[in-house]
Amino acid sequence: MADGTIGLWTVPLAVFGGAVRVSTPFLFVSLGECITERSGRINLGLEGTLIMGAMSAYGISYLSGSPWLGVLAAGITGALLGALHAGICSLPRVNDIAVGIALMLFGTGLAFYLGKPLIEPTAARLPAIDFGWWSDVPQVRAALRINVLFLIGVAIAPILFWAFRTTRWGLLIRTAGESSDAARAMGYSVLWIRLRATMAGGFLAGIGGSFLSLFYPGSWNEGLSSGQGITAVALVIFARWNPMLCLWASLAFGGAAALGPALQSVGVTSGYHLFNAAPYILTLAIMIITCSPKRTLTGAPAELSITR
Amino acid sequence: MTTEAADPVEAVAVSPAADPGFLQRYGTTIEYILIPGAALVGALAVFGIFVALFGKNPLDLYFYMYQGAFGTWFSWQNTLTRAAPLILTALCTALPAQLGMVIIGGEGALLIGALSATSIALAIPWAPPLVVQIAMVCAGVVGGGLWITLAGALRQYRGVNETISSLLLVYIGLAILNHLVEGVMRDPSSLNKPSTREIGAANMIGSIPGTDVHWGLVFGVVAAFASYILIYHTVFGFAARVAGGNIRAAKIVGLGVGKLILMICFLAGGAAGLAGMIEVAAVQGRTNANLAAGYGFTGILVAFLARQNPLAIIPVAILLGGISASGGLLQRRLGLPDASVLVLQGIIFVFVLASDALYGRIAFLKGKS
Amino acid sequence: MDFAKISRRHLLRGSAALTLGSVLGVRSAAAADTTIGFIYVGSRDDYGYNQAHAQGAAALKKMRGLKVVEEEKVPETDAVEKTIESMINLDGASLLFPTSFGYYNPHVIKMANKFPKLRFEHCGGLWSDKDPKNAGSYFGYIDEAQYISGIVAGYSTKSGKLGFVAAKPIPQVLRNINAFTLGAKLANPKATTQVIFTGDWSMPVKEAEATNSLIDQGVDVLTCHVDGPKTMVENAARRGAMVCGYHVNQSPLAPKAYLTGAEWNWEALYPKFVKMIAAGEAIPNFYRGGLKEEIVKCSPYGEAVSAEARKHADDIKAKLIAGGYTIFKGPIMDNKGKTVITAGTDRGQKDPELEKMDYLVEGVTGATS
Repeated sequence: MADGTIGLWTVPLAVFGGAVRVSTPFLFVSLGECITERSGRINLGLEGTLIMGAMSAYGISYLSGSPWLGVLAAGITGALLGALHAGICSLPRVNDIAVGIALMLFGTGLAFYLGKPLIEPTAARLPAIDFGWWSDVPQVRAALRINVLFLIGVAIAPILFWAFRTTRWGLLIRTAGESSDAARAMGYSVLWIRLRATMAGGFLAGIGGSFLSLFYPGSWNEGLSSGQGITAVALVIFARWNPMLCLWASLAFGGAAALGPALQSVGVTSGYHLFNAAPYILTLAIMIITCSPKRTLTGAPAELSITR
Repeated sequence: MTTEAADPVEAVAVSPAADPGFLQRYGTTIEYILIPGAALVGALAVFGIFVALFGKNPLDLYFYMYQGAFGTWFSWQNTLTRAAPLILTALCTALPAQLGMVIIGGEGALLIGALSATSIALAIPWAPPLVVQIAMVCAGVVGGGLWITLAGALRQYRGVNETISSLLLVYIGLAILNHLVEGVMRDPSSLNKPSTREIGAANMIGSIPGTDVHWGLVFGVVAAFASYILIYHTVFGFAARVAGGNIRAAKIVGLGVGKLILMICFLAGGAAGLAGMIEVAAVQGRTNANLAAGYGFTGILVAFLARQNPLAIIPVAILLGGISASGGLLQRRLGLPDASVLVLQGIIFVFVLASDALYGRIAFLKGKS
Repeated sequence: MDFAKISRRHLLRGSAALTLGSVLGVRSAAAADTTIGFIYVGSRDDYGYNQAHAQGAAALKKMRGLKVVEEEKVPETDAVEKTIESMINLDGASLLFPTSFGYYNPHVIKMANKFPKLRFEHCGGLWSDKDPKNAGSYFGYIDEAQYISGIVAGYSTKSGKLGFVAAKPIPQVLRNINAFTLGAKLANPKATTQVIFTGDWSMPVKEAEATNSLIDQGVDVLTCHVDGPKTMVENAARRGAMVCGYHVNQSPLAPKAYLTGAEWNWEALYPKFVKMIAAGEAIPNFYRGGLKEEIVKCSPYGEAVSAEARKHADDIKAKLIAGGYTIFKGPIMDNKGKTVITAGTDRGQKDPELEKMDYLVEGVTGATS
């Protein structure tokens, strides 16, 4: 370590650093989708929301100079796209999966359209908190430079877990997801509950996008999200609609994404395409192991079209 | 969605023929043309307003869209060429939808189909072209078919959600393709664009005589008609639709749901795999990363817009082919960015979906009785 | 709304040369004008490969009697054939610049055969005697500029470790890595370069991860060969590392950390091509050059570059421009200890052996497969 290198320690450190850096968008999108799906609706459009969030956060941060305004703008943009999704889905006989795909296209297209002039400029970036002050090793310090959005995301997971179980809103959302008739019998409008749940989901997904453009990788371009939004939606089903499992799944996915480059940097060079696909192979493998043909999806909201 | 996506022809046949009133008889059919048409017009109007906000003249927009997609014989060929792979990849989503399954992994099946077809062609270089071509079709269908069957089998035997697994299989398929194309299957002379060896000019399937449109269009149309007949006019298709409506009912009448799932998934993946084979045999002549051009993903859009009806897929694929064909002209003449095509597709999709709410609600189409 | 404002200004800027007024249906290409079509594989504002070409196209727009039409994000499938035909049929283009490597075979060859009277200038340096005479393929020896970057990097590194974020292990990329390393060794014989391949041309998250991994390994100067270097440049600068740019000048992104960079100089080449055509000269089908021919250039030195480094780099640059200086001069060993260029062998820039490069030179950490 005298020469400033840490040799093979790079790999665990990169996986840890990657889990923190790469996981945040997955975390926000999956938590947001968790709320939406628990209310009985699936929003596949969060990929578009993520990209719109990334673009609008970058644009607002660039124009206003304040990255936090950018984060807010991303959240609002996401909530609006969520409202659009909920609004169309509230029409009779409209399929929510299809609307999601439509909004994925629309969001992506709109973000690319409006984002063209934002590729070249540099916008103010979100700050990082230095948790590595105690260490002399620069690599550790770098891995521990953590963005506050990540911490917020980590905090939201247990709060959501608790809220779904104990709060009135949590129960209402779950009731709407388990049986719309029951919710209606209790005198609540299911559409109204789902509208709010979808907007909340969009809000979180938009913030996840702002992390991409304002912190890591930290600039706006059209390749920014290579399917991260849609993967995060898949993670929710993988995590059985449990916010805590969403947290672990996102961390694992982020760490796995860092594995390929880290292994190359210590000399494991063959088959990097397969290492890059590691997160997907891992997810599929875990699903094959943990699922059972008897109980298709425990914890699945009964009203969810994708599991019916 | 699948249970409601009744097909127009059958709906007409079912409607009571006692009252000979025109609207009574054809009301539903008119609905199926009028409503999507109105949605399309509405979407175009909104898109016109959108570009007007950026200082472009919407009338120019409509003119160039028409000119680029359907305005000349060349434009028509451009449109049909782009539509050809979409028909097949759309079937990859539309067929499982009959069973209530949402498969979004057509892109993966396309890549694996292309890889299988290329492998077989390279394995039998001595065979006459027709044999090679038939072998390629078989390999493409089997390769793509097994890829989606994997998703179906995981659903049937392990309870793994098919939407997720088929999506994950896209990324895995792409990684396998890249790994092989840059590894053991690489043509050493493909220096800066890692590719497999070429299947040879003699084995290419070429264009429909008198046009630039390759034979993939014919394959697509035939496959769409075959799927239509299979779904709506065979016992197998009837069983699939029953199972799609209600799995329990299907089990009660003794249908082997597992077998249905596997067979439908095989056919669906086979269609996308065939699209991959055609991309190799009619366009690229070899396999490389260029094949991942997103046809599989656009196919999902086509299938949903066509309300999972195999016949409706044909016009919808042509419509989307036309939009992408006209996209170039919009960039060149109006200076719109490439993303305007995505925006327009999104708006059309939203309008068509929202218009689903209108079926059966248009007063004058309900007849007077 | 601010967005609308900046977007509109931007779009107007981008389309100033193609404004048509609003006259519907009028073929805009006046008989005297030459229309030139540019086709990009990605977005032309990518701050990288495509933007470099778009800057070249912008230089043509300033010339009199030329009309430039552009289309971006055209995939390397039959879509590019249709775009070429559309530019010819609908815009009257007579000179085409399909600027992506993967367009050439089979697409550009096919179009060149179909339109024998028109001229196709493809970027990639792929033309061979078998190909149509009206097609050409040009490319720049950008490894010369990378060599200069390597010299500067060799002087600037404190740890003696350099990093290279690369897309794929193909000859062009390997040549850049090797030239960069050989340059660095001129300045610091102990310097090593660690390379990480991301697997594709545009993967911002992977590029950022690769950048971080390299810096974790003690690397303090980085460069890259991906489509959009912005991610690497910004992330490296944030971690306090120095960078050398690629494709275009990225110094505004990190003025303190930016040392120099290897840039394309299409702004010089494209007007030259057009002037050659106007003067009736034939452009060689296989047209390549480096610093001397002004096809590539080096970014101006950043403030962190020492006087010693500037002097050495300028000296070598002058020798390269004068001609007769060889970068790949034997003996050169690869990083497995095998001699790849024997002592006494000079592989000059035009040596075809260099086009087949499949090794990493001694001093590079990494593997080609």
